[in-house]
Amino acid sequence: MSNEVSLDAAVAQAKDRLDQHTVEIVQRHFHESTGCPFWLGKKAELKFDPLTEIKCYDDLKKFPAFEDDWLRGGPVERWRMKDHADRPTYVFETGGTTGVPKSRVVVDDFRTDYTLFSKTLPDEYFPQGGNWLMLGPSGPRRLRLAVEHLAQVRGGISFCIDLDPRWVVKLIKKGWMEHLEEYKKHCMDQAITILTANHNIKCMFGTPKLIEGLCLALEERGTSLAEVGITGIFSGGTEFTPQWTRFCVEELFGGPPEESGIYMTPTYGNTLMGLACSKPVTAAEKYKISYYAPQPRAVTEVVCFDDYNTKVGFGETGRVKLTTLTPEFFVPGFLERDEGEREAPFETYPWDGVSGVRPFHETAATTTVGVY
Amino acid sequence: MLEIPVIRWGKPYESLETTEVVHFNTGEPIAKVSSATGGMLTRDMRKAGEARKILKQFSIEDLIAKVGKAADLFETQTLPLGNGTQTPDEFVMHQSASTGLPEHMCRSNMQKNCFVMRNMTEILECLTRGLPLDILSRGYGMEDRGVVVSFQAQTSILGAVLPSNSPGVHTLWLPVIPLQMGLVLKPGSSEPWTAYRVASAFEQAGIPPEVIGLYPGGHDVGGALLTSCSRSMIFGSQKTVDQYSGNPSVQVHGPGFSKIFLGDDCVDNWEQYIDMMVESVYINGGRSCINCSNVYASRHTKEIAAALAERLGPIEALPPEDPNAGLAAFTTEGVGAAVMNMVQQDLKADGVTDCTAEYGDRLVEKERCAYLRPIVAHAANPECEIASKEFMFPFVSVVECPQDKMIKAAGPTLVGTAITEDMNWIGDLTDATTIDRLNIGPIPTNRLNWLQPHEGNLIDFLFRSRAYQVPQDKLAMVSG
Repeated sequence: MSNEVSLDAAVAQAKDRLDQHTVEIVQRHFHESTGCPFWLGKKAELKFDPLTEIKCYDDLKKFPAFEDDWLRGGPVERWRMKDHADRPTYVFETGGTTGVPKSRVVVDDFRTDYTLFSKTLPDEYFPQGGNWLMLGPSGPRRLRLAVEHLAQVRGGISFCIDLDPRWVVKLIKKGWMEHLEEYKKHCMDQAITILTANHNIKCMFGTPKLIEGLCLALEERGTSLAEVGITGIFSGGTEFTPQWTRFCVEELFGGPPEESGIYMTPTYGNTLMGLACSKPVTAAEKYKISYYAPQPRAVTEVVCFDDYNTKVGFGETGRVKLTTLTPEFFVPGFLERDEGEREAPFETYPWDGVSGVRPFHETAATTTVGVY
Repeated sequence: MLEIPVIRWGKPYESLETTEVVHFNTGEPIAKVSSATGGMLTRDMRKAGEARKILKQFSIEDLIAKVGKAADLFETQTLPLGNGTQTPDEFVMHQSASTGLPEHMCRSNMQKNCFVMRNMTEILECLTRGLPLDILSRGYGMEDRGVVVSFQAQTSILGAVLPSNSPGVHTLWLPVIPLQMGLVLKPGSSEPWTAYRVASAFEQAGIPPEVIGLYPGGHDVGGALLTSCSRSMIFGSQKTVDQYSGNPSVQVHGPGFSKIFLGDDCVDNWEQYIDMMVESVYINGGRSCINCSNVYASRHTKEIAAALAERLGPIEALPPEDPNAGLAAFTTEGVGAAVMNMVQQDLKADGVTDCTAEYGDRLVEKERCAYLRPIVAHAANPECEIASKEFMFPFVSVVECPQDKMIKAAGPTLVGTAITEDMNWIGDLTDATTIDRLNIGPIPTNRLNWLQPHEGNLIDFLFRSRAYQVPQDKLAMVSG
């Protein structure tokens, strides 16, 4: 009973915090002294005044659905907050295999997100001072810099390999599977060279396909992730399914963390959102993966397919809706190209989560996922 | 409900991810099939070499006998399947329910598989052109004519990405086990039945289960299979054919574009051959690569098309359990209408006549599936788009074309039946590298003589004939 009461209280507290944070962020983005040209321009089109009429998170429903095309093309400066005009600024891109990619300008957000994420990692498997390998998409993605920052926050240094996911998507679309295999091998060779060169690498980021490829390539050479010193892995993507996790833990790693010495944590996120963490994934729960957004900086909701302003019940299926609320970036109600089941709050994350994340069924056939 | 696991070198593996196989007409689930992943298959392939070592503990003759016994079990016995069992009748019902093929066609495909399993000695004799089989086992030996030969195995296993909608293709991989090589199969999503039942029959007949892997799953599983097996076959569309053409490790089976050619010396007697043409177009629901999709003739083409339309046009879509059912259902939503749309575009072109138009609507849409009734088109020349098309239902275009231009105009042809006694033209047809199987005389394109090699000889694919020299005084050593 007392646990229920304390969870209820934590949920209520988190909601209050989110409401308060929402008002602060909306004030920043729509105030003439701080807001970016995009939102200040949009303000004129709205039928309400965000500065006076957004009083809690639910009030964000007053905004029209966020269109991802707003993020395509220039000038990218329209997204720059007025009070950040003299700050060093990055631009990160998502998509872009064909056509103009979506872009997001960033000053500090990626560092803040990954500093917060760092606090969720267990030191036993992600040791302070341990070096990192970043085995994921580089180029215009934010991931490379983000992982590098994560390593630095934890007192380590990040080694990187070069990986161009847009080329990988093209190879798949052209049916050049031999080239795809060769490119994968090229990446694996670089990763293994670094891992076996005495750099004290203990932790790594890798996408599911690349982790699998790396483990198989190491096995081919008669060694393993554990033998080359890896103890902590963080990974992400819709390819991160319970069955893949099971295969990875049971067969590629050689057992759960206490047996194999390797701990892997799934994450869910993209350039537009921060990084949603997962509840610990265990065999007892059939490797179920439930993600929780870094509230109040970002919120994920699972909404009805026919009404994006209504959440589905716990355990029910719906589309993933994302809201980003940082001092640098405001995205109310962006419909992700994913669907999943709504998960209940729990002690660590007293707000909604999402499990079973997979490509949205209406667009799944045209989406190339898990390419790197 | 049946729960069907992944089979990893004989061991069942229940995945956390499953897909349901459903009845095409009722939507009722028939089985829940575990999904493998590409990484799982890739990792298992590390042990592929074991399969040949295990099978080489048996002689080829012994394996042939076991496969023959498996044929009886496949045809008549209740066999283990996943968490349950399956009778022969259930096999037919399951296959019909998930693929849309009429039950009697499923039964007929079952017989075809059994024929190949029962006649493996003759089939291998045909595929090897009479080579003593122990030469394949040892890798070297001496032929009756006193010449040392060597056939080196290029793989320990054959991988195959199997189709969902053509249960007739399984005969192609059945001879692999007697050749002392393992099998790694990715069953089609709607047709897991044959692969699992054959594997079960093999096991019951005494073939070690450790030599077979069954990996149902998504595209990543197919990709992993083709990458990690040094010899594999895949069944697919023309796009698949183009993708793997020139890859020596992959034998690709796509559309057949099978044809009937009527020579100038016989075409005036075209009426004699209508039954043969109808069978070639219509048998097996028109779904096979060996079904005829074009008839070429220099004259009488309009009369031929009208006669075919008269025979094929009235055919109705009947329920799958009806012994007279001749059409297979399109079980994926929207596919029947999409195919009809494609055909209609081609029928509108100049020089094309829709000869079945007067026999009623061709598209028959049911609640959960669709049928396409036979379509016969007349093409005034081979340049018409429709003259180079093949569809997954009884479809044929009768193409007017001078005899001396036919071979070039016809293009790739899996089975070509030529009605002619003109020896010069027979010579040209024999030399045509675009024709795979050639029938001279009124043999329906679908009637394959199993004692002739089919589309890519399995022996040539799995073994390499190479030089193997032995001094004269050591000849006795290799002569077995």
